Amino acid sequence: MLIKLSTSAGQPLYLQLMQQIRHAIETGALRDGDQLPGIRTLAEELVVSPGTVAKAYSELEHEGALALHHGAGAFVCVNRRTRRFGDRVQAARERVDHLILRLRDEGLLDDEIRRLFEGGLLLPRVETVGKR
Amino acid sequence: MTCSPAIETAGLCKSYGSTRAVRDLNLTVQPNRITAFLGLNGAGKSTTIKMLLGMIKPTAGSGTVLGRRIDNPADSVAIRRAVAFVSEDKRLYSYMTVEQIVRFTSGFFPGWRSDLAAALMRKYELPPGRKVRHLSKGMRTKLDLLLAVSRHPALLILDEPSEGLDPLGIEQLLETLVTECADGTTVFFSSHQIAEVERISDQVCVIHKGGLVMDASLDALRQSWRQVDIVFASIPDQADFQMVGVERIRTRGRQMSIVASRNVEAIVERARDFQASTVDVTLVGLREIFLQTVEEN
Repeated sequence: MLIKLSTSAGQPLYLQLMQQIRHAIETGALRDGDQLPGIRTLAEELVVSPGTVAKAYSELEHEGALALHHGAGAFVCVNRRTRRFGDRVQAARERVDHLILRLRDEGLLDDEIRRLFEGGLLLPRVETVGKR
Repeated sequence: MTCSPAIETAGLCKSYGSTRAVRDLNLTVQPNRITAFLGLNGAGKSTTIKMLLGMIKPTAGSGTVLGRRIDNPADSVAIRRAVAFVSEDKRLYSYMTVEQIVRFTSGFFPGWRSDLAAALMRKYELPPGRKVRHLSKGMRTKLDLLLAVSRHPALLILDEPSEGLDPLGIEQLLETLVTECADGTTVFFSSHQIAEVERISDQVCVIHKGGLVMDASLDALRQSWRQVDIVFASIPDQADFQMVGVERIRTRGRQMSIVASRNVEAIVERARDFQASTVDVTLVGLREIFLQTVEEN
């Protein structure tokens, strides 16, 4: 599994890591029962705080996408829930494609569409206190 | 996981004559994490660290490191035993060879990890037979780091560790800090290099003119700090946008640019109330946040 985290993305590193693991599961790059590197190993490999990896793993375990065995590592669980999630992503992708085609028809340039999407996504869902 | 802070100071001050290097500093560093101590040159980073280690006495205020008081001489000895320190001005015995100083240092620490020391010696490509005085600045830093982490300290404090390291050296340094943290060491390092801070830190504390001006988790920064650029038909008063979470407002012509630490949704809402023709929300990185925080104060 190839993971690339961006420090300049507007998203905590642990969330980026969760998404990339989920994506690898959806695309079949990771299969049921596959073992992921341990927290320490992956933190060293990505050169990020071990806390980042620990948080991503524990959230994925909470979602049911990973099983953590103390000392033995993390294992991928493909269950009904993750499969359903994959279907949802597939359905959403079709809707997004459709919307993009329509916006292009209306004369918007790809750069403008991208900016609209990115701007929309930057609106926070949950408020987090950032300073002081 | 224990929750009592690894480092805690209350109203810590240090004056040199009429110069107040550190003023009323209230700093908290949580254990088992990587915390960056960010500040411009002369902001008070090194002075703070020296006080934490009992190398200089505070003018006022108090502090604890691993639960021990920094102004108590007996505690100070215990602190220095449990805390490893990597500094800008390396105090290494220059007449020894690399191999000799590693063996010499290992004798003081029962928990010495000689396998790690040997592995780092190879990784950092340190020449075992060379005298310390003939090492380059970068090699000395690496040697200092090797001596510090091989002790397996409860707390590792580093003062500008990346100074004098080349890009590969910085990468090796960051890897070592990550590994140390995974092994249960609390890491506290001062720096003015935003890029390295952004990558490995859980928490960032910003010191400016001797005082703490920001203490935030990197997750929160990424998640909630945003810049909102708005174009109006007719520009409203800045006072209309003095809302919760707004850190800075700039106006130019019909454009208004707002940097917010939270509450972005409400700001966008307000912009629409004032008939904004466009509202763009963009990211704001640690670099901008840092520069702006130190400019403000």
